[in-house]
Amino acid sequence: MRILQYTVTGLASGSIYALVALGLSLIYRSNRILNFGHGDMATAGTFFAFIVAGLGIPLMGSFGLGLLFGFGIALLFYFCALVPAQRRNANQLGQIILTLGFGLILQGGIIYFGGTEPKTFPFFLSDSKTYKTGGLIIDQLSLGTLLIGLLASLFFYLLIQKTKIGLAMRATSENLTAAQTLGIPTRRILALSWGLASALGVLAGLFLAPALLLDPFFMLEPFLKGFAAAILGGLNSLPGAIVGGLILGVAESLAGAYISVAFKNTFAFLVIILVLLVRPEGLLGEEFKERV
Amino acid sequence: MDLIESYKEELKLIRKPWTKFWVGLLILFVLLLPWYSPEHVTHICIIIFIYSIGALGQNLLIGYTGQISFGQNGLLAIGAFTFGHLVGHSIPWPLAMISGGLAAGLFGLVVGFPSLRLKGPYLAIATMGFGVAVYQTFVNSETLSGGRMGLLIKKLTPVFSLSPTNFNYYFNLFMAAIFLLLTYNIVSSYMGRAFVAIRDNDIAAEVTGVNLVRYKLLAFFISSFYTGIQGGLYALFMGYVEPNMFTFMESITLFVAVIVGGLSSVEGAILGAAFIVIVPQLLSQYKGLVPVVYGLTIMLILIFEPMGLYGRWMKMRLYFRNWPFR
Repeated sequence: MRILQYTVTGLASGSIYALVALGLSLIYRSNRILNFGHGDMATAGTFFAFIVAGLGIPLMGSFGLGLLFGFGIALLFYFCALVPAQRRNANQLGQIILTLGFGLILQGGIIYFGGTEPKTFPFFLSDSKTYKTGGLIIDQLSLGTLLIGLLASLFFYLLIQKTKIGLAMRATSENLTAAQTLGIPTRRILALSWGLASALGVLAGLFLAPALLLDPFFMLEPFLKGFAAAILGGLNSLPGAIVGGLILGVAESLAGAYISVAFKNTFAFLVIILVLLVRPEGLLGEEFKERV
Repeated sequence: MDLIESYKEELKLIRKPWTKFWVGLLILFVLLLPWYSPEHVTHICIIIFIYSIGALGQNLLIGYTGQISFGQNGLLAIGAFTFGHLVGHSIPWPLAMISGGLAAGLFGLVVGFPSLRLKGPYLAIATMGFGVAVYQTFVNSETLSGGRMGLLIKKLTPVFSLSPTNFNYYFNLFMAAIFLLLTYNIVSSYMGRAFVAIRDNDIAAEVTGVNLVRYKLLAFFISSFYTGIQGGLYALFMGYVEPNMFTFMESITLFVAVIVGGLSSVEGAILGAAFIVIVPQLLSQYKGLVPVVYGLTIMLILIFEPMGLYGRWMKMRLYFRNWPFR
């Protein structure tokens, strides 16, 4: 029974990782870039929602504005930094450094506008109200997180597999030049995937902030773990990101319970290194093929 | 740029008499600086020397071998704590320093192993995972980190009746000079050419007879050794070590140094080290702006000047040499 309890707790934090990982692999699939600024984009959106909520706008509205803000800064980054760099033939390392630089700028901005002292985040779900079913205890917030994780996954499944935009996104990530030749507005599609990925990060941030305190670095750890989850599932596979996130959450929770609480956080990074050594393409990713 | 007629000429550190003169002047300036500058300038220079060792090592890895690493903070911590613990057990400091470097180097080999199979972004994450894992291990283990107060390290006693600051200046200048010469030699040897070959195309390098496994791991080992020494020197200079000196930000700082200075240029690494030390000093009133300046600089450099400060310097020299032609 105890093991089941830990699994449920793990699933809740795992769905946060899954959301972050989903955003990361969405960008990696279409751009072949790892977004090192993902955590900072998410933090910026969450802070924006917090500040807007402080101005007296209803909570749901401010959350929506936060998501939009995240979407907007990602578009800004794509059009103002990435596109000019790609025009100048920046290599992959260069593009990764660009995301890192953008993350640093956002970090500074968040510190400037939000301050470094931790704040409590207003939320409509509480983590002290609990539900009991057959010996399992789950608090309202975890349940909400789990649900939002599932909903977002479902939404993305429908978007990518069932709509025309999704088809365009798949085509763009499969073969950029071919997609361009077929008349797909690839730049707009890529910008859309950046925006959606960033919004996903903000969503994760909004659901994480009430559980922790809101400070400029609160997304750093979930972001790194989202990386671990994305690697575990396979960086270029969206279902992999979700599966990887949930597995990582559960494994971490179990490791914290049965091995050592102090090394609960280190566990994720051991997972990264192990997966990369044993099966670099991840659980659901495609195998690497390389031509000389 | 210049015509080189023999391999011996290629190996020469300084090729022209006038360059010799300017370099001599620079050396004289650096040697005399502590006597004429206020103490805080000397202090900043000491930190620049210490950081330039790490930046040189990082540049060997990123700039010359083309392998990304975000695990430098872990290696710094390993170097510094190995040094601290060994000195605490009354082992003479040169031995402790080298052991710190070697310990970091060995862990660097461990980080380097994934590099045999992974490329670019994957390697970035693997090394980043390593760095964060090491940091958290030190935070969580009091036996390793020396408890809440950190580990106290006895500073060196000045010789030749120098003031402590001046002594530290010359000591760290000496260390930085050793590593600078070492780097020049590595870069112009077979090893350096093997690194560059791996960066440009690893499959082609392997075909032409470069032992990929050996030279990739060697690059990781050497760069981690440099980083470990930097950690040890920093600990020695500060007089204590604690885990919070080695957050993930420290990896980014070293990374920024390499990018700003210019990928694959030895002089650039030192310029970059100067940049990352001086910027926080100038912005000491506005601490929050430091990441903004770092971020903006690396973005602008990547978009407009991918070769960094050193590239700009070379372009300026070329412009004046060819003037009035373009």
